[in-house]
Amino acid sequence: MTVYVKGVVFGDVDFDNPDCWRLEEYVKRGGYAALKKIINEKISQDDIIAEMKTSSLRGRGGAGFPTGLKWSFMPRSFPGQKYLVCNTDEGEPGTFKDLDIIVYNPHALIEGMIIGGYAMGITVGYNYIHGEVFEAYQRFEEALEEARAAGFLGDNILGSDFSFQLHAHHGYGAYICGEETALLESLEGKKGQPRFKPPFPASFGLYGKPTTINNTETFASVPYIVREGGQKFLELGKPNNGGTKLFSVSGHVNRPGNYEIPLGTPFADLLEMCGGMRDGKKLKAVIPGGSSAPVLPADIMMQCTMDYDSIAKAGSMLGSGAVIVMDETVSMVSALERLSYFYHEESCGQCTPCREGTGWLYRVVHRIAKGEGRPEDLDLLSRVGDNIAGRTICALGDAAVFPVRGMLKHFRHEFEDLIKDAQTAKPL
Amino acid sequence: MSLTNLLSAESIQQIDREVAKYPAEQSRSAVMGALRIAQTEKRFLTNELIEAVALYLNIAPMAAYEVATFYNMYDMKPVGKYKLTVCTNLPCALSGGYTTADYLKQKLGIGFNETTADGKFTLKEGECMGACGYAPVMLVNNHSMCNHMTPEAIDKKLAELE
Repeated sequence: MTVYVKGVVFGDVDFDNPDCWRLEEYVKRGGYAALKKIINEKISQDDIIAEMKTSSLRGRGGAGFPTGLKWSFMPRSFPGQKYLVCNTDEGEPGTFKDLDIIVYNPHALIEGMIIGGYAMGITVGYNYIHGEVFEAYQRFEEALEEARAAGFLGDNILGSDFSFQLHAHHGYGAYICGEETALLESLEGKKGQPRFKPPFPASFGLYGKPTTINNTETFASVPYIVREGGQKFLELGKPNNGGTKLFSVSGHVNRPGNYEIPLGTPFADLLEMCGGMRDGKKLKAVIPGGSSAPVLPADIMMQCTMDYDSIAKAGSMLGSGAVIVMDETVSMVSALERLSYFYHEESCGQCTPCREGTGWLYRVVHRIAKGEGRPEDLDLLSRVGDNIAGRTICALGDAAVFPVRGMLKHFRHEFEDLIKDAQTAKPL
Repeated sequence: MSLTNLLSAESIQQIDREVAKYPAEQSRSAVMGALRIAQTEKRFLTNELIEAVALYLNIAPMAAYEVATFYNMYDMKPVGKYKLTVCTNLPCALSGGYTTADYLKQKLGIGFNETTADGKFTLKEGECMGACGYAPVMLVNNHSMCNHMTPEAIDKKLAELE
């Protein structure tokens, strides 16, 4: 277990109880009460979506798009099949929150998806689970069985005329499938290569049908909002940044793990919750929102609060809430070298600027890191970056460029020093 | 050869459960699960096995082949009895991912993408497994996640793998 501070999603979960994930335990702590309320009181779809909008819940997968607004895009009156999809393809380096949700509180996600299905008039859903976490996939399958047996999932839920089927789909090792349209391709049994947008999934999604896709943590926040009200959720955070949010903290802290804290919490407080810097070393830099987010130096980061708006204002992004903490011993060139290798490795190969460009980025950073850099390399990196960003079908190209730009903006001197003097090379 | 002759009845049953998750005319959606189940039984995928999976799902062999070659966790070449995949991405690296990888290389006497002479272990370098809070992490045969893989933890784990 790596959850150290609990909020909306983990609520009263007792991690010491090995059965804490089971339906019986979930019901004991108020689980499925939101679903019962909706069914018994025949709450309207419009009311649920209005509550979601009030909550100011923003997508927890990385883009931070308002969930209520997304739900309102679904053409509810569309006569054919519509689909609800959960994105648990969590592979953004630094992010490990959805794994703990599936392992320790899977029914919150299931209940959230059922409510989403009800609110948007959708009867079939899939949860796409990251390939490397097979044991979590198995657990989720078991939780689905429990929900079906208890009448919360399947035909005529709780005796009503609402039916919702939910299945788990297991990925098999492709970062790109976290991109929503690549995920849909993968669900259809194809290579995970992103689609052009528009059309957006709300009109042309899974099997060409209207589809709503949300992140695991987003869905798992829904029961709380329905149970306690959108206003209460909003007040947990700050305006435009409602609720608590899971932050996955990794790297040089004493206690890496998941911290579910109100949006707007100062970064300094979060660092303290993590037991401070490991071995008492000095903080050098933080990647505040997963590997795709531009790095921020310690002095800027210590002034930030952990919410979408504050991190964006500082020139980075909150993303999935993956906070990678680096101390004074880390060479920023080596850190970037590893990340650039990742994007090169994971480019799906569909768009030339990304397929070729990520290779260029990696090879140039690699030669600088080896002490073989050339004076013109930093301009070359910027030029290659400019020729990738905004020129690809999906955001993986941008995601490969942002770390490069962030590093060159804040730590250019380290690259210049290493080009001048190979002795300053320091591998991870 | 037909898939029912290549795989055990239990694997076929598992594949049928995957097929049942999707609309009847969308059996292609089950190809990822079917390939995973086939690989788990046979350790790696041959062209014959991929083609049999395709025929079983009533899709073109190329459609199954392109999935098998796109996703990292499918093995298109023989691997050892235990495939060990070590994450060296940045968050793991900050918590000793490279130490873990180097220790395994030295202990097994092989590099990445190599298999020990007795065919027992294959070592792979992995990308983010979404478990950075448990860093450094290692995956055994794609499905079993091992957390906090310090040299001592590696010694213990290797001793368990018979």
